[in-house]
Amino acid sequence: MAQKLNYLRESPSQTGGPYVHIGCTPNFTGIGMYGGDLGTSMKTGPVQGTEISIKGTVFDGTGTPLRDAMIEIWQPDAAGLFPSANETRGTADPHFTGWGRSPGDMETGEFTFETVKPGAVPFPDGRMQAPHINAWIVARGINVGLHTRIYFEDEAEANVTDPILTRIEHQNRIPTLLAKPEGVGSYRFDIHLQGPLETIFFDM
Amino acid sequence: MSAQNTPTRQGGFFPRDRTWQPDALTPSYKTSVKRSPQAALLSFPTTLSEETAPLFGHGLLGKLDNDLIHNFAKAGESAIGPRIIVHGRVLDENGRGVPDALLEVWQANAGGRYRHKKESYLAPLDPNFGGCGRAITGEDGSYELATIQPGPYPWPNGPNDWRPAHIHFSIFGHSFAQRLITQMYFEGDPHIKLCPIVGVLKSQDAVDALTAPLDMNRTVPMDSRAFKFDIVLRGRRQSYFENRPEGL
Repeated sequence: MAQKLNYLRESPSQTGGPYVHIGCTPNFTGIGMYGGDLGTSMKTGPVQGTEISIKGTVFDGTGTPLRDAMIEIWQPDAAGLFPSANETRGTADPHFTGWGRSPGDMETGEFTFETVKPGAVPFPDGRMQAPHINAWIVARGINVGLHTRIYFEDEAEANVTDPILTRIEHQNRIPTLLAKPEGVGSYRFDIHLQGPLETIFFDM
Repeated sequence: MSAQNTPTRQGGFFPRDRTWQPDALTPSYKTSVKRSPQAALLSFPTTLSEETAPLFGHGLLGKLDNDLIHNFAKAGESAIGPRIIVHGRVLDENGRGVPDALLEVWQANAGGRYRHKKESYLAPLDPNFGGCGRAITGEDGSYELATIQPGPYPWPNGPNDWRPAHIHFSIFGHSFAQRLITQMYFEGDPHIKLCPIVGVLKSQDAVDALTAPLDMNRTVPMDSRAFKFDIVLRGRRQSYFENRPEGL
């Protein structure tokens, strides 16, 4: 027998179920709580950088929009700094939270985030990553929350040297990770859980 | 923890153990069939984007946020049902308490009914019960909630499926990589072994990890019983050794 390693195991994940909005965005469901839902606004004042909006819909394998999903995004500010206690490289824009949470539209399921174009942040080996936003999707029927990344179609130069995008075997799936411009400052990023357009999801 | 033994640089997160976590496609839980990705997940080491997260300060909290018995009730009234305390710690895989973690919980009322417009179960709403609450962990990772024990309820999956009594937990630790949603079950509930959602768990150990035991030491005599529920988030490598530039 060897010594015991004595690590704990991560708690098993379970689906957020049909009522994740009660817990995470209660005001959206009509339960007045806490003076407002967390993550509804990513700006607390005038922000630095380019303000953008990202809209999208989460689709299941039949092409049906999900109306019971919750989407969270997390990103650095325009200078590439995270508004996080463990950001050690500098101080992020004090008027930018970096974190957004959306229950989607009650009728259509479409989510919208009003944010800023993120700056670039380095990979662990020092190479720069292309500007991106991390996204996390939970819903009824999703047993473990799904991580993906929102890159930008109009950052082609940075995308071709991104340490992650360049290592994806099926390069024809990269468009599933690209937010597409839809007019000035406006992007679309649809998420497909399954099917020919299935979004690339990450295990990071 | 002595400063001398504390590495100054934290490494990446331990990979999520996919042999332990549920699969995406679990046909007995029917909704997963069309909502499960079919391509393999793309594996990468965590980067700054996953190793950071917003900080939710204790200043966020109202006095009754962690008291579901009263946080939606009219003044002087309280929610109906068996009064319980749910308490425990949020830890990481290294066994360290995670301070300042945000816990958001939601649950059915004592009759098994959620306060939601899409909910159609015939059990009545409790006018004094909203069904959600939140807490932020203390320095040692501990938290405490007061609530009523939720009821089991039927749900459309198989022809006669019932959920065991449960409380949903959303947990925000210190990094986006740790983001987790799970459910707490109650020791001794006979529905646990019948439930297709519990059934996505791959082992009895995994079921046990989500089953809260009765904790008589924390009960408040003549007031509330207590259940203990610890939550474990992903841990981080601790090392003085930097990544080699060519390594991945």
